[in-house]
Amino acid sequence: MSEAKTNRDSVLRLENITMQFGGVVAINNLSLEILPGEIVALIGPNGAGKTTAFNCITGVYEPTNGAVYFHGKPIAVNHPQGKMVRQYNGQNAEKYKDVHPVVYTPDRITHMGIARTFQNIRLFKSQTAFENVLIATHLRCKSNFLTASLRLNRAEEKAMRKKAMDLLETVGLAEEADELATSLPYGKQRRLEIARALATDPTLLLLDEPAAGMNPQETDELGEFIVDIKNRFHLTVFMIEHHMNLVMDISDRIYVLDFGRQIAEGTPEEIQKNPDVIAAYLGVEEE
Amino acid sequence: MMKKNGKLRLILSVAAVALIFIGAWATEQVNGTTSMVVTVLQKGAVYALIAVSMNLLNGFTGLFSLGQAGFMLVGAYSYAILTIPMAKRAAVYQYYQGGWVQFTIGFLPALLIAGAVAAVFAALIGLPVLRLKGDYLAIATLGFAEIIRAVVQWDTIGPLTNGSNLLKTYPTLKTIMPGNTVLFTFLVVGVCIGLILLLINSTYGRAFKAIRDDEIAAEAMGINLFHHKQMAFVISSFFAGIGGALLAMYQGSLQANSFKSSMTYEILLIVVIGGMGSVSGSVIASFLFIASSEWWLRFLDSETMIGQFKVPLLAPGFRMVVFSVVIMVVVLFFRRGIMGTRELWELGGGRRAKGGIRKA
Repeated sequence: MSEAKTNRDSVLRLENITMQFGGVVAINNLSLEILPGEIVALIGPNGAGKTTAFNCITGVYEPTNGAVYFHGKPIAVNHPQGKMVRQYNGQNAEKYKDVHPVVYTPDRITHMGIARTFQNIRLFKSQTAFENVLIATHLRCKSNFLTASLRLNRAEEKAMRKKAMDLLETVGLAEEADELATSLPYGKQRRLEIARALATDPTLLLLDEPAAGMNPQETDELGEFIVDIKNRFHLTVFMIEHHMNLVMDISDRIYVLDFGRQIAEGTPEEIQKNPDVIAAYLGVEEE
Repeated sequence: MMKKNGKLRLILSVAAVALIFIGAWATEQVNGTTSMVVTVLQKGAVYALIAVSMNLLNGFTGLFSLGQAGFMLVGAYSYAILTIPMAKRAAVYQYYQGGWVQFTIGFLPALLIAGAVAAVFAALIGLPVLRLKGDYLAIATLGFAEIIRAVVQWDTIGPLTNGSNLLKTYPTLKTIMPGNTVLFTFLVVGVCIGLILLLINSTYGRAFKAIRDDEIAAEAMGINLFHHKQMAFVISSFFAGIGGALLAMYQGSLQANSFKSSMTYEILLIVVIGGMGSVSGSVIASFLFIASSEWWLRFLDSETMIGQFKVPLLAPGFRMVVFSVVIMVVVLFFRRGIMGTRELWELGGGRRAKGGIRKA
């Protein structure tokens, strides 16, 4: 896997990412790379910094130090500034000192082709399942508020509605299109979130614990579903997950975080044998 | 089948709107322009537009803004300043040598400009203010409304705004459309509310609702928060400006001091009673509110004797006490207001009614 580190065609590359909140280092010097068409999992005990890493990638947080590249383009570059210069406890602070910081807001990053789901489901509560997906097609619309209000964009509006309906069919929620999103059962809400993310036309899909709260059978189905949409929409998938069966089944590679540090990287077989990982995390597994 | 249904609904709603307009017109013909019911219809329609514009912000985009009176003031003053006839300017601006503005334009372009000026103010204020959230945004916008009221009365710009003196003799409802004041008001308000409805049901309106429901998710779906909030703020202020101009036309004379924050609270009361996120709710509530405050509950403000017995509590100002109690009851027990987030035309069909919209 060492050649992956130097591959220029990576979809996503994190370099020396450190995220520090006050004195607390949530992620320490994380570097990782994801190649086109891969399913990569990020695992680690609770509080290891997995969701924080997602938030750094999607622009919710500005990393304290380090750089994030998406298809080779920087989407977040930063070095400790202001008070953080003295407080900084991470590594490689000097490395990015002379690089101009890059800060993109989450919506711009979504425009570029990174879509995500949330650990604690965040659907639009007052909207139906259909409207939830429809809203996510808004970012690609070309009409402005005047042409949209005066209904001069009929063709586009029709295409948006068709796309939303098609996506609902893809995730098997066509029947529930007119139900309030929050009235759907939990598993379907998770699928709806994925459909909504797909509506933004992503090339990279970030899934934050997609199987949380699912029973084993649902989890198996979800695994097949993720592989299926990955192939159908030519996606690259990066996911945080605690269900080890799912992770080992569908991931091409796995990164392991513990206390904000990357402690291992490799194929599922390599990770299962890795003594550090077993010590930190898989030691609790029953097999 | 769906298509037919949609057509039927369209015909029905056009018929309903036409019926309302004919009814309003007939009411004025029968009762005369000075009757109480006509006053309520005029002022109710103006307040309906302003309430709907406030609902666009507070109910649909989830921005708790209290600057509505400020934008109404800007609109009202823009309208009055631009339309006072040349012959009357010397008399109106008697303390400021006839004032700076030495031209007059028609009332329709002036209405549009009133909205545009309010929108420009909103765009400028929005830049710093819309980065704030929740209560902070409310305080900042309320502050703007108070500041603009003070600035308008500033002596140095007196030649423009006539300081703290009255602006008058501009075209009013009665002078523009004698005998058809209600129809005119309803037409202008109807077109404005229609435009707001079209916006709310467009892809931009859906983006507004997404921001209201969950800012973080909306942003993750590629919706630029600042851009869309600014858009909602500017559009809302545009219509508040037109509403302010209509209010000036209704009142016949204009003074900055009447645009106090209590005016914003009145409109907020209407929006809450009608239902945050319901256009028809705001319209219904504004007519109810105006009818109550101008007409049905007037008796609360006058001392009343029944024989030798003096009815207790009825005294000037008691009406406002009743209103305060009403708002407390609404907030405590009927938080969703009359309509909640639904619209009049969605009632009865239930959630399935949305299918018609989806397939349309």
